Amino acid sequence: MTGTILYASLLAVFAGCANSQQQDFDKIQIHVEPVQHNIYMLVGAGGNTTVQVGSEGVLMVDTQFAPLAPKLMAEIHKLSPGPLRYIINTHMHPDHVGGNAAIAKLAGSDPALPLKIIAHENVLNRLTATERGQTPFPEAGLPIDEYGTPAKNLHFNGEAIIIYHEPNAHTDGDSVVLFRGSDVISAGDIFTPDAYPFIDVERGGSVQGEILALNHILQMTVPAKTQEGGTYVIPGHGRICDDADVVEFRDMVVIVRDRVRDMIQKGMTLDQVKATKPTRDYDTEYVTSASFVTADRFVEAVYKSLSK
Amino acid sequence: MPRFEIRSMLAAAVLVSAPLFAQVDFSGSWAPLYHEDLPDRIPGPELGDYLGLPLNEAARLRADSYDADRISVVSEYQCRPHSADYSMRGLANMRVDAIRDPVTQRFIAFHTRINFQEMERTIWLDGRAHPSEYAPHTWQGFSTGAWEDNMLDIYTTHLKESYLKRNGVPRSDKATFTEHWVRHGNYLTVATVVTDPVFMTEPLVRTQTWVLDPAQVIARDICETVAETPKAADYVPNHLPGTNPFLHEVADWYGLPYEATRGGAETLYPEYRKKMGKPEHPRDRCERYCSCGAEGQICLSPTAAPPGKRP
Repeated sequence: MTGTILYASLLAVFAGCANSQQQDFDKIQIHVEPVQHNIYMLVGAGGNTTVQVGSEGVLMVDTQFAPLAPKLMAEIHKLSPGPLRYIINTHMHPDHVGGNAAIAKLAGSDPALPLKIIAHENVLNRLTATERGQTPFPEAGLPIDEYGTPAKNLHFNGEAIIIYHEPNAHTDGDSVVLFRGSDVISAGDIFTPDAYPFIDVERGGSVQGEILALNHILQMTVPAKTQEGGTYVIPGHGRICDDADVVEFRDMVVIVRDRVRDMIQKGMTLDQVKATKPTRDYDTEYVTSASFVTADRFVEAVYKSLSK
Repeated sequence: MPRFEIRSMLAAAVLVSAPLFAQVDFSGSWAPLYHEDLPDRIPGPELGDYLGLPLNEAARLRADSYDADRISVVSEYQCRPHSADYSMRGLANMRVDAIRDPVTQRFIAFHTRINFQEMERTIWLDGRAHPSEYAPHTWQGFSTGAWEDNMLDIYTTHLKESYLKRNGVPRSDKATFTEHWVRHGNYLTVATVVTDPVFMTEPLVRTQTWVLDPAQVIARDICETVAETPKAADYVPNHLPGTNPFLHEVADWYGLPYEATRGGAETLYPEYRKKMGKPEHPRDRCERYCSCGAEGQICLSPTAAPPGKRP
């Protein structure tokens, strides 16, 4: 595979993952979990969707898969009758951007209340770099309000929203969204508390960037009394978390990185490293039969990113 | 008034006024008794001591890689409380308050406060459902209780990842536990049964006893994290597999076979003594935490160096 994005191939992989879990989109129900203040987490198939609602309308982070767009919008309308004004994509994987175009279509078009789709410019670059013969990403869903700076600010529904680029973390286009007033972070797939991170080395991801991004999230999270609550973190997949949960995940990534790095320094090949099962004390926690990222896949990503 | 009417009225009065939930009132101030597992609970467990824990291989390696520097070097660990499944074993007193519905005056919950890190927990008795699988997890989890005669059975979910013992033996956030609270006059016995599909092959059962202590005062215990040592942001103290130098200490100090200290379900049961083998360094007498608990003695400092490490 070249450096270009084969969006259709990725979609097949992620949809295949959904299929492997016997997930028929027709049967998926959208679960709405209140997070804090005016922030909600919507769980269906694919990545979690974050929704912020208020007097100015609706902002959503990530859009899951296209077939779920009507269900997502139906739940969002229950939370707010206001117009959808912003979609922010945390990265370019299909389970997070797949619903962009369908949701944009459902949201309608009002020149006075335009819908903007925001992502880091590397997301736009990869979504538009379709090879000949591949299905292009739907134009209506492209994040053409891209940013190329370390951060982008918004003020919407009465609070500051800061979108941080996390370079070379799980991809090269990761964004973390801080809702400063609500004290909530939408982390995308940098943080997946029930699964190893999908460090997409082919698309610019690296274990060191992943650790730096997790540390950046921890800099922004302030736990309340007894080191829990306070800032809540919506992961790319899984339940609502907080500072302590991110710490456990960060520590796991660091410890596995330390182990693999030690073996690389001893001259061991990838196969030799895999054979030692360096994640065997974490596999029962982060791998299930339905996991997209297996132990070997995680170790391989760590090894490759450390070997570059 | 006809007798049957009186009976009916009495029965109705009982139905109306009898507490719908509470059979026993646990409210009051309680002090822990440490006669059970004292060395494990007060000075703290030895590194590498997994004896009597039904651990799987993942838990064993996770504990082996644990470096206790983590709780000082990684500031986020500094002010963590115990989790609810461990808090009953810690060094702290407890106050239990009965919470009543302001309108009906029925018991709807017990609320506990344990002074270490100001742990607060609510045990709901009003039949409410547990939160969804996507709700946040907390150190104390979400607890609901139901009466079984005079015993309160409590079921707790939504726990944060924590420890079974304070030597790095992990307990996952997929774990749940049941408790059985029984009051015998001024004594409270709490049996805790922890189930963890991630790290244990069978449930772990532990008991703790408390004594009523009405005069005690539970003070504040305010903790704020602070960076105590300069470190790289991506540094988390840990032992690489096979490099932890402390794992044999507990076997050597106590004259135990090393394999026994590695734990596993079979080490829970008395029959294991017959097959656990011989220690590498048998001890002819106890030299470490020998009289813990005897005549109220609290053991805070060990006395012996392991064989082979003596000057």
